[in-house]
Amino acid sequence: MGSLRRAVVVGALAVALTACGASADVTDRAGAPSGGDIAGDVLVFAAASLTDAFTEIGEIVERQHPQVTVTFNFAGSQQLATQIIEGARADVFASADQAQMATVVDAGAVAGIPVVFARNQLAIAVEAGNPASVSSLRDLQRDDVTVVLAAEQVPAGRYTREALDRAGVTLAPVSLETDVRAVLTKVALGEVDTGIVYTSDLAAAGDRVDGVAIPDEHNVTATYPIATLATAENPAGAQTFIDAVRSDSGRTVLKRAGFGAP
Amino acid sequence: MSRSRSNEPPAPLGIGVLGALAVVFLTLPLVGLASRAPWSDIPTLLTDPAVRTTLRLSLTASLAALLLSTVLGVPLAWLLARTRFPGWRLVRALAVLPMVLPPVVGGVALLLAFGRRGLFGQILFEATGWSLPFTTLGVIVAETFVAMPFLVVTVESGLRSLDRRYEEAAATLGASRWTILRTVTLPLIAPSLAAGMALCWARALGEFGATISFAGNLPGRTQTMPLAVYLQLESNPPAAYLLSFVLLVVSIGVLVGMRDRYLGQP
Repeated sequence: MGSLRRAVVVGALAVALTACGASADVTDRAGAPSGGDIAGDVLVFAAASLTDAFTEIGEIVERQHPQVTVTFNFAGSQQLATQIIEGARADVFASADQAQMATVVDAGAVAGIPVVFARNQLAIAVEAGNPASVSSLRDLQRDDVTVVLAAEQVPAGRYTREALDRAGVTLAPVSLETDVRAVLTKVALGEVDTGIVYTSDLAAAGDRVDGVAIPDEHNVTATYPIATLATAENPAGAQTFIDAVRSDSGRTVLKRAGFGAP
Repeated sequence: MSRSRSNEPPAPLGIGVLGALAVVFLTLPLVGLASRAPWSDIPTLLTDPAVRTTLRLSLTASLAALLLSTVLGVPLAWLLARTRFPGWRLVRALAVLPMVLPPVVGGVALLLAFGRRGLFGQILFEATGWSLPFTTLGVIVAETFVAMPFLVVTVESGLRSLDRRYEEAAATLGASRWTILRTVTLPLIAPSLAAGMALCWARALGEFGATISFAGNLPGRTQTMPLAVYLQLESNPPAAYLLSFVLLVVSIGVLVGMRDRYLGQP
C-alpha cells in the first residue's frame, strides 16, 4: 500500500514537473506557493456539517490542480479529533468547534496555527410548511411538539444546550442523535416535528425542511477552525486546500451552504 | 465428536502460516482494547447509575429480541427445512437478507415501514397517535430484525442434518405430530437451537446501526450499550474502552457457553 502510494505520488510529480509551465497561471489563481504545481492525495478530516461545501471546494481544487486528489473523511469533530490523536494519518483537519481543534493542538498534532474560516449558527428545523406552527424555542416545550437534539457529546449538542440555557427553555427530546445530520434526517423523514440544527444544515436539506430562526440573544455562534496536521504527508497540498477554502470562491461556496464569514 | 489426532496428516506450510495470520489479525484488536481499558475504574463504572441504566436496557431489549426471534424464527426455520412451497427461494432469501444488509440501511427501511410517516406506521399513528421509533419497543424491533436471521439459519441447518428416522419411528409408534415435535425433534436439535439463540442474542446485544437509525438514542429508553460506547468515545474514551470491554466479556461468555459448537474440542 505504502509503496504503491509513493509510486503514484512520484508519477504524479513527474507529470506535474513537465506540465509546470503550462499550469503556472492555474497555480497562481489558487494562490498556491510558488515553486511548481502541487500533486498527490490530500486527505481532509472535516466536521460532518461541512460535507456539501467541502465536497464542492474539493472539486474546485481538483479542477485547478489536476494532479491533486482531495479525499474526505466527514464525521463528528470529536470523533475526528480522537482518530487524529490516536494516530490516524491526515493532511488537514477542519473542526466545527474550537474545543476539538484545541485538543488536537494540545496533542501536538497540528503544524502551524489554526485559522477560523467560517461561522455557523443554530436554527430550529421543522417539517416543510411548518405544520406544527413552531415560531420560537419556547414552542418546542409544547406537549404536541416532538423534538430531537444532538447529543451533548458533539459540538452541535453543546451549542444547543447553551442556546436553550440562554432562552431559559428545558426540553424533553425523544432522541439525542450522535451527529447533527441525523437530527436533520429525523425531521426530514417526518419522524419528529422539530430538531435543532445548524443554519448550514437547513441549506443542505433543500425544500424537505424549513427553518425557524433563533434570535441572536439566544443563539450561539460556532467558529470553524482549519489547520494542516503535523503528520501531513502532503503539506503543500494541505496548504493549497486551506487556501482554496479561504479564497473568494471558497467563501462563496460556504456562504451558499449557509455558513457565515469568519 | 472425538477424533483421533495422531492419524491426521500435518497441515501444509502455507495453510499453517495463513491460519496463524488470521489468529493474529483477530486477536490484536482485542489485545489493544484490553491494554487501554482503565481496569481500576471498573467498580466505579459498574455502579454508575447511568451505566447501569444503559446495561439494564441493553440486556432487557436483547433478551426480548431473543424471545421474539425464537417464537417467530423457529417455526420459520422448520418451514424452510421441512417444506417446499411456491416462493420458497424468495422467502429463504428474505429471511437471511438482514444478515448481509448494512444495519443502518435496515434501520432506515424500518423507519420507512413502521415510522409515523412509514407505509404501515402511518396507519398506526393515525389510529392511535403512537409510533414505534424512539421507544424501547422500537429498539427490540430493530434488534429482532437484524438478529433473527442468525437463529433461523442455525436452526434450519440443524433440522436438515437431523436423522429423520427417529421422527419416523415415533410416528409409527403412534405419536401425534405435536408430540413428535416436542419430544423428538426439539430435543434432537437442542444444540443447534442453543447455538442459534446464543448467536442471535449476541448480535442483538451488539446491534448499533439499525437501532440508532430507527429508535434513536435516549438514555433509559433507547440508548443501548453500543450507542453509549459510541458517544462516550467522543467525550470520555477510557469509559468507552471499558464499556467495550464489558461487551467483549459478555460475548466471550456466550462463546464459552457454546463451547461445544464454537470452541469445539478437536
